[in-house]
Amino acid sequence: MSKQPVSRRQFLNYTLTGVGGFMAAGMLMPMVRFAVDPVLKGEAAGDFHPTQQKVADLTEVPVRVDFSYEQTDAWYTSEVTNTAWVYKNESGDVVALSPVCKHLGCTVSWEGNDHANQFFCPCHNGLYEKNGKNVPGTPPLKPLDVYPTAEKDGLLQLGKPEANNIV
Amino acid sequence: MLNKIYDWVDERLDITPMWRDIADHEVPEHVNPAHHFSAFVYCFGGLTFFVTVIQILSGMFLTMYYVPDIKNAWESVYYLQNEVAFGVIVRGMHHWGASLVIVMMFLHTLRVFFQGAYKKPRELNWVVGVLIFFVMLGLGFTGYLLPWDMKALFATKVGIEIAASTPLIGHELKVLLAGHPDIVGAQTLTRFFAIHVFFLPAALLGLMGAHFIMIRKQGISGPL
Repeated sequence: MSKQPVSRRQFLNYTLTGVGGFMAAGMLMPMVRFAVDPVLKGEAAGDFHPTQQKVADLTEVPVRVDFSYEQTDAWYTSEVTNTAWVYKNESGDVVALSPVCKHLGCTVSWEGNDHANQFFCPCHNGLYEKNGKNVPGTPPLKPLDVYPTAEKDGLLQLGKPEANNIV
Repeated sequence: MLNKIYDWVDERLDITPMWRDIADHEVPEHVNPAHHFSAFVYCFGGLTFFVTVIQILSGMFLTMYYVPDIKNAWESVYYLQNEVAFGVIVRGMHHWGASLVIVMMFLHTLRVFFQGAYKKPRELNWVVGVLIFFVMLGLGFTGYLLPWDMKALFATKVGIEIAASTPLIGHELKVLLAGHPDIVGAQTLTRFFAIHVFFLPAALLGLMGAHFIMIRKQGISGPL
């Protein structure tokens, strides 16, 4: 026995474990890959969606812009409506802010509840400056997301909201 | 008649030792509420199991009508509750049982904790019990979305945001739960349904089996 580095019993153990492991992996691999597919698919490219807002009409006062587009959720397509608060800053650039509060996702509005020159969230009294910066001491911990903007035929187009770096 | 059937089976398969092993054992005096009324605290684990059985049964029957699709989920729940005989009862059993199972499990945990019944040699059973607790919370979380009403949707949005705040893997965890990077929608509902109805119950049954085998092997902890 001692001159045999691998005993018959060990050999059978290794072989059976190996074959069993291979079979288990063969069963599990497709199922696991199937389950994690959404994670590996990655983000869809953020298309620009047209709005009815004329860029020339924008002023330094934020206005509410509603826009609708077809949203594809797997096998289900539906028309969704989103909102942006849009204005021109001092240098004349168009700024479009997402109204989704960074606290718990309620909807903020410009000068809501008589808060002059601020965005106000009614759920927990969150406040943001005009450029989207969250006011310290109110619930939100991050500035409002911004929409990438584009212009086509004088009309505003909005992309997918991203984290705010202008603040 | 029944005796004859039993004997016929027993003669061939010798089932008496099997069910004796499972069912035929003495309840020690200190855990028997008939001897000391205060021993009712030992009932919470069994009550948790009892409510769990109700949950499994009522859930099985609910799936006879429920459809995990965003267009039909709410309608199917409305239908089974309002149009089907005893629908409000069956859904009510599942709805209230879900809370009751958490309450019973919590009381059971408190009893084990304050009696120190988790100590050596029963540490492993405590660990399995905590895993059961997490599985139950998962069942509550996934089940909450299934009626697909406003409360369900927004509770799940908040819950998924909480998962997304996990360090490093937060975003991946969120997509894995929701099935989509941005939308809590069609794929979220089917995923939660699958997790609620197949994955977590399977885990729960395995863990409960381990929990019960261990308690039978080690016996219940002695009197204080």
